[in-house]
Amino acid sequence: MTKAGALVVTTPSDREILMTRVFGAPRQLVFDAFTKPDLVRRWLLGPDGWTMPVCEIDLRVGGRYRYVWRNEKSGKEMATGGVFRDVAAPARLVNTEKFEDPWYPGEAIVTTTFEEERGRTTVRQSMRLESREIRDGILKSGMESGVERSYERLEEELAAQEAKR
Amino acid sequence: MSQPAISKHLKVLERAGLVSAARDAQRRPRRLEAKPLGDASEWLEGYRARWEAQFQRLDALLSELQARKTNTHTKTKRGPTKRGRTKSRRRLP
Repeated sequence: MTKAGALVVTTPSDREILMTRVFGAPRQLVFDAFTKPDLVRRWLLGPDGWTMPVCEIDLRVGGRYRYVWRNEKSGKEMATGGVFRDVAAPARLVNTEKFEDPWYPGEAIVTTTFEEERGRTTVRQSMRLESREIRDGILKSGMESGVERSYERLEEELAAQEAKR
Repeated sequence: MSQPAISKHLKVLERAGLVSAARDAQRRPRRLEAKPLGDASEWLEGYRARWEAQFQRLDALLSELQARKTNTHTKTKRGPTKRGRTKSRRRLP
């Protein structure tokens, strides 16, 4: 099946999250969009209102990457980075990932594969965590940030209602 | 499944917080604790939704890049540029 769209997220083990997504473009283009800074910063932005002022990628084995996101409204920043362990363009990437913000301690190993079939590309990205403790930390932070975003939305909504009156 | 095997499975579920056990003389009646499961699937759905939103931006970027490629080949001999001129030239598929 190579229908574009509809991200599938599964948990093959208790320390691994696997995302599978099909894109309607050849894999060289998709690979570029995952690895060229001027393209990455166009889409890897997180929720609305966030920009990516820092996006550095040294695409070679042992090379580092670093991303910084900023919420333009609150000025809050988030950063992540790591090292490439395997670079086989345009088929496969392996990198470590570590959030600088204490979201979770330790590293994750991210393996991304790009497979093309009839002009469409299936991307599979697996994020493997070092330990269950790290996983639990992420689960916790994810829920907290989810709640926080809901509060932010509520705040905006309330401000909008206020402005109407 | 043997009795020890059942006990082992129940212990794993208990450790994961998905089953709780009470005590009633010799019996250990178990109760399903559905909340952690609900939390986990809620978290995963949030994770999926956040990434899907980003990937939809990537979809748009990819079709823009493909349109740019086509335009570059058919309309001009200019190579790829870094200038943000693509928006006005974007074509719907």
